[in-house]
Amino acid sequence: MSKTILIVGGGLAGTIVANGICRQMGAELRSGALNITMLGTSETHMYQPGLLYIPFGRMREAELFRDQRKVLDKRVNFFVDPAKAIDVEKNQVTTEAGRTFKYDYMVLATGSRIMPQTIPGMKEGGHWFYDLDGARKLRTALNEFKGGKIVINVNAPHKCPVAPLEVAFMLHDYLKAKGLWDKAELTYTYPIGRLHALEPVAHWAKPEFEKLGIKYETFFNTESVDPQAKTIKSMEGSELPYDLLITIPPHQGAQVIDDSGLGKGGWVPTNTKTLHREGSANVFVVGDTTNIPISKAGSTAHFEADVTIDNLVSLCQENTFAREYDGKVFCFVETGLGSGTYVWFNYTTPPNPGPPSQMIHWFKLAYNRLYWLSARGLL
Amino acid sequence: MAERQKIDARGAFCPGPLMELIAALKLASIGDEVDVWSSDKGSASDIPAWCAKVGHSVVEASEHDGYWSVVVRKAK
Ligand SMILES: Cc1cc2nc3c(=O)[nH]c(=O)nc-3n(C[C@H](O)[C@H](O)[C@H](O)COP(=O)(O)OP(=O)(O)OC[C@H]3O[C@@H](n4cnc5c(N)ncnc54)[C@H](O)[C@@H]3O)c2cc1C
Repeated sequence: MSKTILIVGGGLAGTIVANGICRQMGAELRSGALNITMLGTSETHMYQPGLLYIPFGRMREAELFRDQRKVLDKRVNFFVDPAKAIDVEKNQVTTEAGRTFKYDYMVLATGSRIMPQTIPGMKEGGHWFYDLDGARKLRTALNEFKGGKIVINVNAPHKCPVAPLEVAFMLHDYLKAKGLWDKAELTYTYPIGRLHALEPVAHWAKPEFEKLGIKYETFFNTESVDPQAKTIKSMEGSELPYDLLITIPPHQGAQVIDDSGLGKGGWVPTNTKTLHREGSANVFVVGDTTNIPISKAGSTAHFEADVTIDNLVSLCQENTFAREYDGKVFCFVETGLGSGTYVWFNYTTPPNPGPPSQMIHWFKLAYNRLYWLSARGLL
Repeated sequence: MAERQKIDARGAFCPGPLMELIAALKLASIGDEVDVWSSDKGSASDIPAWCAKVGHSVVEASEHDGYWSVVVRKAK
């Protein structure tokens, strides 16, 4: 009997899983023993890390997008029809258009999204670059900026743990090049007692900030923003004035996860090693939407997707489990407009970033192009 | 009904136990408890320090075999 793998979400993780399975199960797809279906929200696939470059005019909008059907293997049945209700008891998903999809195995890959609306005043008073509309507005605000106080405000939880630091360094270089650095005062706020979640990155960033004259405030969790008075207040009791507020708003997972009772805030309880949804032997969770306490990043999504491909193929072909996820995360860190470093770690190996170099910056820029190969499963 | 949620953040280098706690408290209701497990000693002291600043209460803190458990009740 034919088996169906249903993938909900056509972002990075879902796309890698779909393409990877196609590559390994050509015979089954040809004979009709297997069918792979993906539900997505859009005909286009957006390269999210590229959003960081939009406000600085370092990437054009068109460079962020590809046609999802071209990124996906042709053998995947792709529907632009978002999941509306996911029923893990009945092994079925109903969509916005009213279709019902049954599955033998399901992969949940619905990612995470910014929720500025959960903090009073943030939506009205803040700028961000974590979605296209926000990145465009921030580009305009930076073009118009003539000097004053800029606050870069980081909230938990958020994806891509390094983007907030990167935007601070890039903003410094950008304002310096425009001759505006002396007229600006940049303050970076972070939720915990150091400048970055990763201790070695925080230790490296602190003297860099001090050298460049970037101010910082730690233990700052936003309580509210006052768009009229142009102030931002923390739960810890401090208040900062701003002329331009660049925020990394708190995130949640997809609405459909919450609505289907699969996890508060859209985060799905997931086994840290097998990546099974807790309580389901035929549902896997990959990418940002897991509740695993590790970085929500493209590399995490990629490594989790690779493990899930191997496990799904083994389960379909031999009814066995192939391997476990070891918690690996790898991140490039842009340390300015012309230099970079990288860091990796897993559940048992602590992170240890090397010194920044121009070469690593070029690697990251190259990676920006290689993303599409990795989504196709060629990397 | 108040709930107690457990976060096993042992060996979690990024974003780490305190950041996980902050995120969980945002979704919790007042009176709910979050039990954070951490294998890093720093968090065992950072978590109570942060709770004191913000006004959440630490209802239990204990050391186990190779990890710390801190139970926090959302107060506001
Ligand atoms: C500004 C920025 C910079 C970043 N920089 C980096 C970086 O340098 N390095 C790095 O590793 N990571 C980076 N990331 C993070 C990275 O992009 C994400 O972690 C990664 O995309 C996660 O993959 P995912 O598949 O879990 O989620 P996504 O790629 O977000 O895909 C989720 C998909 O699910 C879809 N979906 C949601 N709801 C439904 C539904 N109901 N039905 C069907 N589909 C649905 C969404 O539309 C989306 O297409 C960055 C992110 C941003 C925003």
